[in-house]
Amino acid sequence: MSNSFIIGQYVPGSSIVHRLDPRTKITIIFFFVIIIFFANNLLSYGVLAFFALLSMFTTKIKISYILKGLKPVWFIVIFTFILHLLVTKDGEVLFSIFSFEVYSGALYKGLEISLRFTLLILMTSLLTLTTTPISITDGVESMLNPLRKIHFPVHELALMMSISLRFIPTLMQETEKISKAQASRGVDFRTGKMKERIKAVVPLLVPLFVSAFKRAEELAMAMEARGYNGGEGRTKFRELKLQRVDAFIFIFSALILVVFFFTRV
Amino acid sequence: MSSFIEFKHIHFKYQQGEDWALKDVSFHIEDNEWVAIIGHNGSGKSTIAKLMNGLLFPQEGEIRVQDLVVNEETIWDVRKKVGMVFQNPDNQFVGTTVVDDVAFGLENHGIPREEMITRIDNSLRAVNMEDYYNHEPHRLSGGQKQRVAIASVLAVAPELVIFDEATAMLDPKGRATIMETVQQVRETKNVSIVTITHDLNEVTFADRVIVMNEGKVWFEGTPREVFKQHEELQKIGLDTPFVTQVSRVLESKGINLVKEPINHKELMDELWTLYSIK
Repeated sequence: MSNSFIIGQYVPGSSIVHRLDPRTKITIIFFFVIIIFFANNLLSYGVLAFFALLSMFTTKIKISYILKGLKPVWFIVIFTFILHLLVTKDGEVLFSIFSFEVYSGALYKGLEISLRFTLLILMTSLLTLTTTPISITDGVESMLNPLRKIHFPVHELALMMSISLRFIPTLMQETEKISKAQASRGVDFRTGKMKERIKAVVPLLVPLFVSAFKRAEELAMAMEARGYNGGEGRTKFRELKLQRVDAFIFIFSALILVVFFFTRV
Repeated sequence: MSSFIEFKHIHFKYQQGEDWALKDVSFHIEDNEWVAIIGHNGSGKSTIAKLMNGLLFPQEGEIRVQDLVVNEETIWDVRKKVGMVFQNPDNQFVGTTVVDDVAFGLENHGIPREEMITRIDNSLRAVNMEDYYNHEPHRLSGGQKQRVAIASVLAVAPELVIFDEATAMLDPKGRATIMETVQQVRETKNVSIVTITHDLNEVTFADRVIVMNEGKVWFEGTPREVFKQHEELQKIGLDTPFVTQVSRVLESKGINLVKEPINHKELMDELWTLYSIK
């Protein structure tokens, strides 16, 4: 494992998108996800695609890198497209392959769904590409804060998220260590039938779990020794402050939203 | 003047039906004193550390920190005064980065943000980790992580810092830097220090040493007095440092050093002045 291991897929940078408050980004993406289901003609999709592409270019991350991140999802996009071609029977018959007849409605529907999918995934991956996991956590905590009134454990949730983030690399190092130790004792992780390979994972998982529990216990003790006593009366070091750039982006997004509703039919 | 911490006839066991882990332990630690507690595994030394800041409570006896009796109600005040550095560097690192980790303790105690920033700065500088502000724990060595742990404890401005085998999992180099840091802390800050260890080499800097054996205080004295107990120490499973072994061998050959040496320099001084003193 390299030393520069970064949790998630965050790409450091200093673009406008990087500098935005995580809450701004989360809010915009939240609305984008809802709005996209209101698009109903080519022009309205065009507006949304324009917005998504514009965001993508402002991040200044290499396009090829972003597309590489979308790779695992292409399969689902194409699969749903083909499924639509086969199942939907609207409009007129365009052409037929063997005994399957492809309808025009199916083609439109398939294209529409695929476009929706692509835009959704593009936008959400822009969030993880430009925001560190810890500031996403901060953003989520701050946005969920009103829920404290109904005794929703916001602070605990955020702490859980940040501790998991902190221990991902530690546990990965540990996994590597254990798998080497087991390999040196003759456990074969790479060859053999599926069933055998699954069985080989057991001597990896058991020590990993045991040590994770031990760590959890010690960590809890260390936290207590440092005066951790739940969320009550705690101050926060990480501070989120909305900047002028956030206001600007909000207004810009609102304008796009207005344009969008005019383009709908 | 009263002591900073006082243990009065402490009895402690982890579970009903087990043997006592601590049997009638009494001692005290003064302000600004450095006390080393040594003993082999299972001698009860780590239990003492956990009793000091209310992670455990004794079945019998009373522990006082200044004017507070340690119990369920006072632990949060006690933990402000008594900070603790643990053995495993990884399992006490709470924050995702160095600065977050130091901030954690301050957040717990409700310190305002502006003050946090200066305190974090100062405490990281005190352990020479100011260049690692935004480093994640997996990019730090064990010794560096322990230094961050020390900074995290110092940031809360405790009056006593306990090092519970804080060097046990480090390589010799990391161990040396931590011992240096501890001495530096002692010189620059107004704190008492308790180091808990089974390594006799680490007790030489302490003002006073408490040797634990089978849950009891076995010996109490200055490092020099402790090292004189060479054979008894070996009997209870503690390895004496090299200089002590040298002086014992010399003694058996009929060469008596004037002063019991506790480090290499003292041994050398004793040796080269031996003839002229005679």
